[in-house]
Amino acid sequence: MAHRIEVGFKENMVDALGVSVRKRIIEDLNIPVTDVETIDVYTIDAQLSPEQLKMLGQNLFADPITQVFTCDKPQARGFSWLIEVGFRPGVTDNVGKTSTEAIEDMLKIKVGTVYTSRQYLITGDVSREQVEKIASGLLANQLIERWEIRSIEEWDEERGMDVVLPKVELEHEPQVLEIDLDIGDEELVRLSKERLLVLSLEEMKAIRDYFYASEVVKGREKVGLSSRPTDVELEAIAQTWSEHCKHKIFNALIEYQENEKTIKIDSLFESYIKRSTEEIGREWLVSVFKDNAGVIKFNPDWNVVMKVETHNTPSALDPYAGALTGIVGVNRDPLGTGRGAKLIFNTDVFCFADPYYHEELPPGLLHPKRIFEGVRRGVEHGGNKSGVPTINGSIVFDNRFLGKPLVYCGTCAIMPAKLLGEASHLKKIESGHLAVMCGGRIGKDGIHGATFSSEELHQASPAAAVQIGDPITQKKMSDFLLEARDLGLYQTLTDNGAGGLSSSVGEMAQLSGGCEIFLDRCPLKYEGLDPWEILLSESQERMTLIVPPEKMDDFLTLAKRRGVEAAAVGKFTDSGKFHVFYDDKTVAYMDMNFFHNPPQMKLRAKWRPPEHELPHFEEPEDLTAILKRVLSRLNVCSKEYVVRQYDHEVQGGSVVKPLVGKGNDGPSDAAVIRPLLDSNEGVVAAHGICPKYGDIDTYHMTACAIDEAVRNAISVGASLAHLAGLDNFCWCDPVQSEKNPDGEYKLAQLVRANQALYDYTTAFGVPCISGKDSMKNDYLGDGIKISIPPTILFSVIGKIEDVEKAVTMDAKNAGDMVYVLGITRDELGGSEYYAEHGFVGNNIPKVDEQAIRMYQSLTEAIGQGLIASCHDCSDGGLAVALAETAFAGGLGMNIDLAQTPTDGIKRNDTILFSESQSRFVVTVSPQNKKSFEQIMKGHVFASIGHVTGDEDFVIQGLNRKVVIRANICELKDAWQKTLSW
Amino acid sequence: MKPRVLVLTGYGINCDYETEFAFQFAGAWARRVHLNDIIDSRVRLEDFQILAIPGGFSFGDDIASGKVLANKLKYNLALELQRFIGDGKLIIGICNGFQAMVRLGLIPAFEGDYGAQVTTLTFNDSGRFEARWVYLKVNQDSSCIFTQGIERIYLPVRNGEGKFIPRDESVCQRLWHNGHVVLQYVDAQGSLAHYPWNPGGSVDNIAGICDETGRIFGLMPHPEAFIFRTNHPRWTRENLVQGEGLAVFRNAVQWVKDNF
Repeated sequence: MAHRIEVGFKENMVDALGVSVRKRIIEDLNIPVTDVETIDVYTIDAQLSPEQLKMLGQNLFADPITQVFTCDKPQARGFSWLIEVGFRPGVTDNVGKTSTEAIEDMLKIKVGTVYTSRQYLITGDVSREQVEKIASGLLANQLIERWEIRSIEEWDEERGMDVVLPKVELEHEPQVLEIDLDIGDEELVRLSKERLLVLSLEEMKAIRDYFYASEVVKGREKVGLSSRPTDVELEAIAQTWSEHCKHKIFNALIEYQENEKTIKIDSLFESYIKRSTEEIGREWLVSVFKDNAGVIKFNPDWNVVMKVETHNTPSALDPYAGALTGIVGVNRDPLGTGRGAKLIFNTDVFCFADPYYHEELPPGLLHPKRIFEGVRRGVEHGGNKSGVPTINGSIVFDNRFLGKPLVYCGTCAIMPAKLLGEASHLKKIESGHLAVMCGGRIGKDGIHGATFSSEELHQASPAAAVQIGDPITQKKMSDFLLEARDLGLYQTLTDNGAGGLSSSVGEMAQLSGGCEIFLDRCPLKYEGLDPWEILLSESQERMTLIVPPEKMDDFLTLAKRRGVEAAAVGKFTDSGKFHVFYDDKTVAYMDMNFFHNPPQMKLRAKWRPPEHELPHFEEPEDLTAILKRVLSRLNVCSKEYVVRQYDHEVQGGSVVKPLVGKGNDGPSDAAVIRPLLDSNEGVVAAHGICPKYGDIDTYHMTACAIDEAVRNAISVGASLAHLAGLDNFCWCDPVQSEKNPDGEYKLAQLVRANQALYDYTTAFGVPCISGKDSMKNDYLGDGIKISIPPTILFSVIGKIEDVEKAVTMDAKNAGDMVYVLGITRDELGGSEYYAEHGFVGNNIPKVDEQAIRMYQSLTEAIGQGLIASCHDCSDGGLAVALAETAFAGGLGMNIDLAQTPTDGIKRNDTILFSESQSRFVVTVSPQNKKSFEQIMKGHVFASIGHVTGDEDFVIQGLNRKVVIRANICELKDAWQKTLSW
Repeated sequence: MKPRVLVLTGYGINCDYETEFAFQFAGAWARRVHLNDIIDSRVRLEDFQILAIPGGFSFGDDIASGKVLANKLKYNLALELQRFIGDGKLIIGICNGFQAMVRLGLIPAFEGDYGAQVTTLTFNDSGRFEARWVYLKVNQDSSCIFTQGIERIYLPVRNGEGKFIPRDESVCQRLWHNGHVVLQYVDAQGSLAHYPWNPGGSVDNIAGICDETGRIFGLMPHPEAFIFRTNHPRWTRENLVQGEGLAVFRNAVQWVKDNF
């Protein structure tokens, strides 16, 4: 029988979770509850004596100071409503898992599974309907959780809740099906749809042609297979050929039409991204576009590794689990690069709809605030619990992100350039090496993740695609792997992400020329999985290790000592075949060449520049009020609420933090950390993202994102000569079809973004080292279609030789000169200022490729220690950059707008809020004035005022009248209040 | 000979590298050791003079922060720990290490009973994980070896369960009376203050306590995260010489040199 141990707080203790849930019920759901208390429930599937239960309550589950526990006896009393939330069968229950381990450690006996659930005791005059809303709208997600509701009238104080054991019980005999592909076109399309293969007719035909070719048929006969592919084969192909894995759109043959001219592009990736990196060709590029992450040199002895991923679709379905899995998932990329690297920081960039959105939501979508909170908490747990500092990020708001939120997660790692005498970034696999699965076990979770993220979100999107990451299992595994790496216990490794073993072993097998996988040797979470499910499952926290047979014993011994599960599940061969067995029978047998080469897509793109309404309004009278409104805008305002919940210091190398300045609350442009504690060399991380400009032209949007990333990195002192980029495209479906009538335009937007990426990375000498794309960010439900704005995140990673030379954005001393670097043009198109007035406009900011020369001079000035503060001008323009510099420094400013270099602008508001690129606000102490101006000679720059010792922020306009006057505390307050939850 | 420091690692402890570095920087010979290697007797605790239980998320903070780690120590290494303490050696627990020590009863250990839990660390009043720098005042009546010669110190906290609570008023009084209280959260001027200065809402603003001997010390803030002046959030605007956290480790190293 199973037992329930319930743990609640003592009368006089604060139930902090209850308090914060109460606040959210009132604020987010507008339901007037008076009180919320929580009780944690541990349901133990084991036969235990009352003494044993009491001991567990006392010594494990309840804190003797703050909590009380009961065994097999309900605690809940005196509420109006009770909601108990638990997991559905098969959903990862991390606390349950730890509980099992802890009980076994204490009682020294084997117990069954422990399941956790939580009771929320709600007091207040609320209806059942409202309680339902609290459960479904805030406390639980029906995709992964179940809940039960009791009113006080229905409550039985003796019996309490029924014991629920969410066990997975599959009454299913594993089987392998053969699938007949000798069918008509329509049936092929239907088959693809029904099995969630997401393959096109052309691809289905290519598969059919392969299996029915006579030499293939002959080869298959020998291993006991017919000419009909097995479900294992078909599923493996669908996964390998998915957009997610093969980037078919980026590799497509595209006919791009612009102004009646047509050009042919054979692979966007090869033509623009890879070509740019090849042409730039720096000596510090170590491994690019080859491995799970890009590798660059840090110093002669160490390399740094970086990758940025997105986890959008899972985050739309369950924001917490999706984002958590996103961060621990991207962690495995650098960990699985070369021979393995140690994680040193995370970055996160989110795109959400307005958290204050108050219109009705299309069916199946969660409220943006719930998405925001869930994603924030997911990344908090994923990063903090892994001991990886989250040092850089952004949040971008646009209501089209209702359709799908974007969750970009990046991870950087460091590895010795050489390990036991060999280059650490190279992966070498020989025939005979073993494939070892390490970390977690396989369940049904995440099946079809890769194919599923390659289609739009709809009401029936499968819940199996949602997984919950387990940072501690992964932390244990990564600690173990680094130890095993340094002992030389394995050859190389890779991540088990999208596509599971099929993908990890299948891809690694390209290095040796083939593989054999034995599915019945894979550790499973529960019985009843079909072979294809074992092969494809995306259960988390798994890595695939490539281990020479003679090292196997030592490898397994160390794994055991570290409490990490590992099992040999296959071996590498040079047979040219992807060969899979189940119970000694062949269940898949395919040529590696066929398996890894889907047919190339052919697409058309047509560019037609959009025309937006010309904004028409007079310069506002009260520009001080406007400045405050712009500071309060979601895209400009302080994100401290989020930053404070992320550990940005762990590992001890923090140098420039996300929040800086007198009150530790000014907005940093970039992060600097010291990855090696015995060295002064630093890593710089920054990024640029500005989807708002994409409504005018994605070419300039991309240029602006690249410029912003570079600007941010330079602002803190990064060396321009050692700066690498990472491109992450999130697009709406760019393939024209009946349900996607403007696909050709969206593809043209993608082409233009790539063209800009090539033009500006080469102009700036910032090569891309890794990237990723996510191409189906649309929502379709009840006839409503929401497509996200095309979005590119450009991340940069760089180096600063001496962290002691780093600069922050806050004004330092009264009397310092204030300079603006770069020219201000009438470029309000897509700006926050226009948006505040309800316009988009057309005059989009354009980046001058020559800006790089000014950046070099600025870098030199920073290196010489001539700069007191440096802040880049971005969202909200010069006015926002000046205000932030002032209030972050706790100092006032006197600015003369007429001194600002412009191309003849006549309006104060245009100078103040134009978002022209390549500009900085810099403060310099008077004693450094001469040297600074000497270095900047030949560039467009001007001294426009000075820092003052009072708290007054004063800007004099073109007509010599004061146009802005405010206390810096008021400005800061306007900037902070929007998201000060 | 350099004092030998065992820095515990494994199961989600994650401040082990920088804690090891801090001790080395302070002049010790420090080594990260997996908990299982002590349990399996591959490494002997008795070969070290200082035990550091670093910060992190042992066992994911599941059930309660530090609880499962505490049990792991209690049910596998109780004797070794008692002997270590009996030998007059030093233990420091930082953040998650402090949480584990409190649940294990290693501190405050009234009457030398190193196994009774009379205080706890629980969820911050804010209901949130708090990553922020805090000003701390050192109780000059405390005999804590790690904080000798320090009056004020500025360090980061990074926790979700940092609210310190004694079991009752008598425990609280005793903590004060016998010099167990080592650190208190204060504002920039050095006065006791509420949130965010006292980020979790600790009773009496307590941030760190020790046993009666001053040799066993636990604290929520992270001294190992302020070894360099560049760790300070305002180092680009204030004239600083070095990280204030270093003194904590130097004190321990010096004490071992003087006493062993």
